[in-house]
Amino acid sequence: MTLASLNLQPVLPEIVLAAMACLILLVDPFLPKRGPTVSFVLSILTLIALFVITLVQMDDSVRMSFGDMVVNDPMADLMKLVVYVLVAAVFVISRTYLRQRGIDKGEYYMLGLFGVLGMMITISSNHLLLLYLGLELMSLALYAMTAFKRDDGRASEAAMKYFVLGALASGILLYGMSLLYGVTGNLMLTAIAETVAAGEDSMALKAAVVLIVVGAVFKMGIAPFHMWLPDVYEGAPTAVTLYLAAAPKVAALALVMRLLVDGMGPLFYDWQPMLIVVAMLSMAIGNVVAIAQTSFKRMLTYSTIGHVGFILLGVLAGTNEGYAAALFYTIAYAVMTIGGFGIILLLARQGFEAESMDDLKGLNDRSPVMAFVFLLLMFSMAGIPFTFGFWAKLAVLQSIVGVGLWWLATFAVVTAVIGAFYYLRAVKMVYFDKPEDTSPIQADVNVRGVLILSGASMLIFGLYPTGLTALTAGAFGL
Amino acid sequence: MITEWLSPVIGWMSPSWQYFVVHLLLTLVIVLPIVVAVAYLTLAERKVIGYMHVRIGPNRVGPRGMFQPFADVFKLMFKEVITPTVANKFIFYLAPVLILVAALVAWAVIPFDDGWVLADINAGLLYVLAIGAAGVYGVILAGWASNSKYALLGGMRSAAHKVAYELAMGFALVGVLMVAGSLNLSEIVRGQEGSILHWYWLPLLPMFVVYFVSGVAETNRAPFDISEGESEIVAGFHVEYSGIAFALFMLAEYASMILISALTAVMFLGGWLSPFQGTFLEPVFAFVPGIVWFLLKISFLLFVFIWFRATFPRFRYDQIMRLGWKVFIPVTILWIAVEGAFFYFEVGPWF
Amino acid sequence: MSLYQILFYVFASVAVLAAIRVVTVKNPVHAALYLVLTFFSTALIWILMEAEFLGIVLLLVYVGAVMVLFLFVVMMLDVNIAPLREGFIRNLPVGVFVALVMIIELALILGPASFGLDIYPSPEPAPADAGNTLAIGQVLYTKFVYPFEIAAFILLVAIVAAIALAHRRRPGVHYQDIDAQVRVRAEDRVRIAELDADKTRRGDVAGDSKANQDKETS
Repeated sequence: MTLASLNLQPVLPEIVLAAMACLILLVDPFLPKRGPTVSFVLSILTLIALFVITLVQMDDSVRMSFGDMVVNDPMADLMKLVVYVLVAAVFVISRTYLRQRGIDKGEYYMLGLFGVLGMMITISSNHLLLLYLGLELMSLALYAMTAFKRDDGRASEAAMKYFVLGALASGILLYGMSLLYGVTGNLMLTAIAETVAAGEDSMALKAAVVLIVVGAVFKMGIAPFHMWLPDVYEGAPTAVTLYLAAAPKVAALALVMRLLVDGMGPLFYDWQPMLIVVAMLSMAIGNVVAIAQTSFKRMLTYSTIGHVGFILLGVLAGTNEGYAAALFYTIAYAVMTIGGFGIILLLARQGFEAESMDDLKGLNDRSPVMAFVFLLLMFSMAGIPFTFGFWAKLAVLQSIVGVGLWWLATFAVVTAVIGAFYYLRAVKMVYFDKPEDTSPIQADVNVRGVLILSGASMLIFGLYPTGLTALTAGAFGL
Repeated sequence: MITEWLSPVIGWMSPSWQYFVVHLLLTLVIVLPIVVAVAYLTLAERKVIGYMHVRIGPNRVGPRGMFQPFADVFKLMFKEVITPTVANKFIFYLAPVLILVAALVAWAVIPFDDGWVLADINAGLLYVLAIGAAGVYGVILAGWASNSKYALLGGMRSAAHKVAYELAMGFALVGVLMVAGSLNLSEIVRGQEGSILHWYWLPLLPMFVVYFVSGVAETNRAPFDISEGESEIVAGFHVEYSGIAFALFMLAEYASMILISALTAVMFLGGWLSPFQGTFLEPVFAFVPGIVWFLLKISFLLFVFIWFRATFPRFRYDQIMRLGWKVFIPVTILWIAVEGAFFYFEVGPWF
Repeated sequence: MSLYQILFYVFASVAVLAAIRVVTVKNPVHAALYLVLTFFSTALIWILMEAEFLGIVLLLVYVGAVMVLFLFVVMMLDVNIAPLREGFIRNLPVGVFVALVMIIELALILGPASFGLDIYPSPEPAPADAGNTLAIGQVLYTKFVYPFEIAAFILLVAIVAAIALAHRRRPGVHYQDIDAQVRVRAEDRVRIAELDADKTRRGDVAGDSKANQDKETS
């Protein structure tokens, strides 16, 4: 094989992104010190360019390249598009927050872009090695971003926890992968699936499944491996929390899909029970513990844990409808989460972090528009009918009912109802409590714009979900 | 060949044990001359620096001071070895041995002449690098185990600057590897066959300089001897050593000087090849065995080592770091790219 | 037992014992040194298994660079291990239990039943002149070029992250500009003044020395 015979076109988005990230890396130090406006603009332009490239390349076929290591299927394309949009939104919304805290540096955008590169590689990998490298590239960028406010003790602690536990999770995942390789003699996920389907069955294979599930679940932050998540999300600067909570979840779903469905699909009955247990735990812990939180940021984190449990429901259904529902839910979750943590950015100002629940009180008196956006977001997270979140929950529940898991669906509904309590409590605070702080909201147009978009999408996709449903269904050939 | 020659004595052993015994003997054949060479290198150093300073140097023991090294060795051997009470004894005595081992084992892959090599392994260059890397520990551990602030400072400085220069050295070796297309040291020498212009010093001139200077730094020789730095930290990492333990450090230092010279000769100066190849003088000097050319080249490089010491003042720590990280590493990386271009355009007889 | 097996068992047991000592010794420098020993024995095992490139690179990278920096840091730290040991006895039973369960499970899974010679026969020994450096290089730059480049990006991100987190510009600190120092020429520093030996022309001499003083203070 020579360089000329390599088909580089399928990885064109990755190459463009890598080149642009390096360009920004080189350009940034030579720019005036007032702020990385050029890096920011270049990052956004890069993401737009990637969006266009991926959109042009998108079709219904499965395109393999690099000796079948890289796979570009409709799922990968859709996920990548979602990642670009989410990251661009995060970059736009976090600009002011970063500047006010003196951490608006080019490295934030660079690391963010490298994180996107890691996500893209994870999303379209058909090879254990590539999957792992993509995951590590993403994780490394995330660790660094968490510690970005390096003089802040909480952020450093969060980064430390994230790094140590992330490394542990990587270790477990790698151990599982190495066992899988040992048993099947192959790193290619599709080839592994063939070997496994051909009747390869041993204790070692089962151990590999366990380790891989644990590792992947650890990385996703699903109970009972969720302990790091609240501390990390709370400790990180809110702008970074936004990044952490949104796009990487899409990549995490891709990780689970590639490993469990593509690679170990024939072992469905081995991993399904495990996922049922962790999904149930996650939904229960996420939704119950969130009630007890006094910090809004922490409450949203627990709500994340609950949502991710729901996403897993779609995966463990084991049908294409289920996978499509999981993807739909992930997109809905990511958009909601940007809105949710975005509210914290809205209320924050120089020298003040609006992390407590009390800071939400009386938002309606201070800004009725934002209060309404908040209402939409919370309704959507709770799954109130005719919001984005409702259709997401419905799709997931339909898919597990479709495979006969009635009892699991019932359990999920119960936890969702419990969860609705604290979302509605937050809405009550916004509309019916007196504000403790009556100063006008200072947030600039970036924050407001993204929040309004996020709130509007709750409504738009709530009333017309069919378009996105068709897209996610199309990603799995439905 | 040696196996057959020794067969009356060791013929009763199984082949793998015969191999073991023969190689043990060959190891001695290499190591003993090195030790003697070290002894006379110390004398040569004192003499050469003496003449450079316009004085005579040692001239009392034996004719023209010829037995001075033996006097030094016996003095060191009969001196008391003092162990600091707070030192970590095991590591304290392990450290000089580690340095010495690192300085000696790399000789296993050095070709003295065509086919005259103890272990003709394919990954010879990598092996040399790895052994060099392991050699750092002796200095660091000596510095730490002495439990003395000067020693610790010396060890720290050494750790920092060795890591920096090892990188530059590694990159320089990548350059050699690219031209030679092999990691086997004998193959590298054979690749330089032709004439003095075919040797790799010419296409790899920056690498040659970087490698040799990094070699000077790696061996803790002046002007890079900050880990000893007697004007600031007394004697650095070996301040607490005395007697034979100190002698081991000296032995190791001079042995690694010879090693670096030998490696430079093999990789850049055509190893055992005659410098008159391809000229009308080639038949005239055909009777000279390759090993003589090799030893001459080593001697020349050793002279340069000593010359450096007599000429340059000691670098300061930050200057050493700057030279390593900001000059040598970029230069070598750049030259690797240039070599790529040379390859593409097939420049000269080398590519 | 053949020489090969003897060597294998020696290296393997040294590796395992050293690895155990890494976590049991009290002194962090000793722990780091035991880790070096573990790497070293592992590298030797790899070389026995005909993976000489990997073995030597393990020595080069981990023993030669990573562990040196480790030692560098550990030696500088005065780690007080007493607080680290708090709760050791309290947590010991749980730890031992979990460790035992894991050891037993892994032994069951990884034992000869799953990976024995009858299931995975040992490969043919490579011929004496085979080197895997070339082989690794060839697949690394062709088949695995994409993962290889991604690994490079991981390192790049690590560098960016380390510099972003650790580099700070302290105001008011004077750095030497070595490039400027090196570029300096004699004319910039020394001015050869033509001095007249005639003492009657004092005024000129004074003027010269004043000019020199100006030069120095600037």
